[in-house]
Amino acid sequence: MNFEPKILGFLCNWCSYAGADLAGVSRIQYPPNIRVIRVMCSGRVDPKFIFTSLQVGIDGIIVMGCHPGDCHYLEGNYEAEVKFKMVKLLLNLVDLQDRVHLEWVSASEGVRFGEVVTNFTESIKKLGPSPLSGENFDQHLFEKLKAIELAADGERLRALVARKRIIMEEGNIYGEKISQEDLDEILISAIEDEFLRQQILLKLKNEPLSVKDLSQLLNIDSSVILKHIISLKARNLIDYDKIEGITPFYQKL
Amino acid sequence: MSINKESEDEPIRIGVFVCHCGTNIGGVLDCEELAEYAATLPNVVFSDHNLYTCAEIGLTTIKEAIEEHNLNRVIVCSCTPRTHEPLFRSICEEAGLNKYLFSFVNIREQCSWVHMKKPEDAFEKAKDLIKMGVARATKLEALETIVVDVDPSALVIGGGISGMNAASNLSKQGFKTYLVEKEKNLGGLLNSLYRLFPNDQESSELLKDIEGRIQADKNITVYTSSMITSIDGFVGNFEVEINQNGNSIRIKVGAIIVAVGATPLKPINLFGYDGKIRITQFELENVLKNYSLNTNNIVMIQCVGTRNEERMYCSNFCCMSALKNALIIKEKNPDAHIAILFRDMHTPGIAYEEYYRRARESGIIFIKYLPEKPPIVEENKIKIYNEYLGTEIIIPYELLVLSTPLIANEDNKQIAQLLKVQLEENNFFLEAHVKLRPNDFATDGVYIAGSAKWPVDITESISQGYAAAARASTILSHDTLEVEGAIAYLPEEYKDLCRGCEICLKLCPYKAIRKNEKDEIEIIQVLCKGCGVCVASCPKKAIKIKHYTNEQILSEIYAFGGIKLP
Ligand SMILES: Cc1cc2nc3c(=O)[nH]c(=O)nc-3n(C[C@H](O)[C@H](O)[C@H](O)COP(=O)(O)OP(=O)(O)OC[C@H]3O[C@@H](n4cnc5c(N)ncnc54)[C@H](O)[C@@H]3O)c2cc1C
Ligand code: SF4
Ligand code: SF4
Ligand code: SF4
Ligand code: FES
Repeated sequence: MNFEPKILGFLCNWCSYAGADLAGVSRIQYPPNIRVIRVMCSGRVDPKFIFTSLQVGIDGIIVMGCHPGDCHYLEGNYEAEVKFKMVKLLLNLVDLQDRVHLEWVSASEGVRFGEVVTNFTESIKKLGPSPLSGENFDQHLFEKLKAIELAADGERLRALVARKRIIMEEGNIYGEKISQEDLDEILISAIEDEFLRQQILLKLKNEPLSVKDLSQLLNIDSSVILKHIISLKARNLIDYDKIEGITPFYQKL
Repeated sequence: MSINKESEDEPIRIGVFVCHCGTNIGGVLDCEELAEYAATLPNVVFSDHNLYTCAEIGLTTIKEAIEEHNLNRVIVCSCTPRTHEPLFRSICEEAGLNKYLFSFVNIREQCSWVHMKKPEDAFEKAKDLIKMGVARATKLEALETIVVDVDPSALVIGGGISGMNAASNLSKQGFKTYLVEKEKNLGGLLNSLYRLFPNDQESSELLKDIEGRIQADKNITVYTSSMITSIDGFVGNFEVEINQNGNSIRIKVGAIIVAVGATPLKPINLFGYDGKIRITQFELENVLKNYSLNTNNIVMIQCVGTRNEERMYCSNFCCMSALKNALIIKEKNPDAHIAILFRDMHTPGIAYEEYYRRARESGIIFIKYLPEKPPIVEENKIKIYNEYLGTEIIIPYELLVLSTPLIANEDNKQIAQLLKVQLEENNFFLEAHVKLRPNDFATDGVYIAGSAKWPVDITESISQGYAAAARASTILSHDTLEVEGAIAYLPEEYKDLCRGCEICLKLCPYKAIRKNEKDEIEIIQVLCKGCGVCVASCPKKAIKIKHYTNEQILSEIYAFGGIKLP
């Protein structure tokens, strides 16, 4: 049987949703896989929405907003772009990055709306069913994605992403302007840290574990795990559960 | 505001109405079956299908069903909320249901019309969309709309022909009007023009008339040599600061019209422009007005510095200005040789085309050039490749006139930022919608007229002045105004979460967020437009938004995914 992917679109009310309406008025035909959620602005799309969509087995997610400079709320789409970039970086860690897409479609681009949806649907068809859908559900991946969602939803990454444009325009608290590349580097390393920490937390939620256990379960060098265990403990997120011999076991608080 | 039918513990009772839209939807989707499907969904207590839901019978059906089945949520599955939501919301209100408890499911524009050849798949899609709509409706909450007073006065920025006409019109409707002009005199470009197409009226005469009316009007206050320095507030209640020669003046107005016009391009480095014997069409107006022209060989070049990579647009009236001035010269000196080198002549309508005919009859020569082979200007002659003859021809000149476009004013960006409105790619002001709202900005209570939006001629500038005034009066003629209820807020119980990082405050495009005396974050309801950026960005997730809540959006995602996550 042919694979018919589940596609979800987040469309901003003023441009992309209107573009979709125009496609309708013009009777442009495109694949019927897409379902649309209307939001007022693409800047409203919380990364959490995208991760949740993947978790419930949706095969492809497309966010659409007004072209740069055209956002009804002036700059919401720039915010959307910054957030989306983080989403991509995070999904890179679990190889799901090609299942999400960001596109600008204006109210007058009915034909283009049809093309964008057609192309995206085709690209997801080529990728095949999501490893989080139906029979091929991958529990291991699901847990990693959960860790990603929690990382993105955490204060550190949210603050980094939300500050990005402010820092680029106004400089940091010392008034120093930081380049896009430097900011991206900071973001990438924060993303890796947070992803690992959330994975550790998720594991410790189920049962008390030692550094060695974690290192084996997550396939990560124990010195790296230890570094994060120390910082998680300092933040009061975990504590000792018990000590067996000389090996401490940790639990999530 | 309407009564809120829902009380806390009242069970959710959803009514779903599926519309056939004649055959627009019904021809592709089985609406009866969709209605039956809807009835099987959680919390749906009533469903129906109608031939035309937006017709009288359809609307009555909704109202009656609300009464009869005690519905506290209504879903219409039909066309697009962008056109029909206000109608269905108002019907709900009439039946005593808060308008925010209405929800739209689009199965026409985004389903039956775009999947006509795949009715089965379209049917499955429509079912999903209804399922998602029902999930969302379950989470909807009744909202209050805020009512604010309206200040019945207006500000017009720019005292050119469009701004003056807008001001005069507003005043005649009884609204106190302030007209702010940055130069010493009113009049804009018309101060520098000689005679005007299409009736050869003297520009000064037209100006004298309208300026006289403005000055005599007690309801209009004119501030010349003045600039706007700040604009706060919102529709119905703008607070504006004007700087006149260093003095600050503060006014309060209910609506604002932008009529700042545009600037003629100086063609530096183009076709040997020197401002003396190689001048612009705009400079020629001044020559004709104040001096007598005693040159016999005149060449005009059209589309100078426009309709190219840098400026893709046509400036609209330059062909007409060239024809007008060429005829004026011919009239004064029938022996003058005039050649107009053009790419395409634009003379729309009867009156303008008449100019072209007269120009041809009077012996003015027209030569078409190709953008890839532009005329070559030398000391006192021009070489031009003639497409029809297939050779280069040489034309001597004593005066070369370059028709340059109007370009956006340099300070448009600042004004746009003050008003929080948009500019298009060439930095002209961008209207809310080219056909539906051509003289509105997307920002409520702010309107646009004249060349500030796009190069236009005087007739069009005046019409747009009237149009903007009429649009502003739709606000000013009411004592009060309802503002959107779907806005962001910081719930009392989340106040402790906030860390005062000020990210929200910096990201809000409308400066709707501030810190109060207690150093607490405060969202000013009437300023918030409900974009949701602060909600998606607050690192502590302290800010919430009404009507597009996380719970509502996530419920739609779960409904589509078919899985309810813990
Ligand atoms: C060479 C030439 C010949 C033309 N001939 C004709 C003709 O024969 N017939 C015809 O119909 N049209 C003609 N036009 C077009 C005509 O000039 C325009 O249609 C008209 O000027 C547009 O009016 P406006 O009020 O929109 O803008 P403007 O005339 O540009 O007026 C704008 C006003 O706003 C003021 N302003 C700008 N910025 C600010 C600010 N920040 N704060 C306060 N005030 C500000 C300006 O000082 C100015 O007074 C010609 C144009 C040119 C260039
Ligand atoms: S409500 Fe919309 S879909 Fe239904 S008849 Fe009216 S226009 Fe057509
Ligand atoms: S972004 Fe959130 S935490 Fe920061 S000041 Fe605003 S409400 Fe407070
Ligand atoms: S929703 Fe948008 S307009 Fe409203 S306060 Fe937040 S950022 Fe500002
Ligand atoms: S309104 Fe379309 S992206 Fe902001």
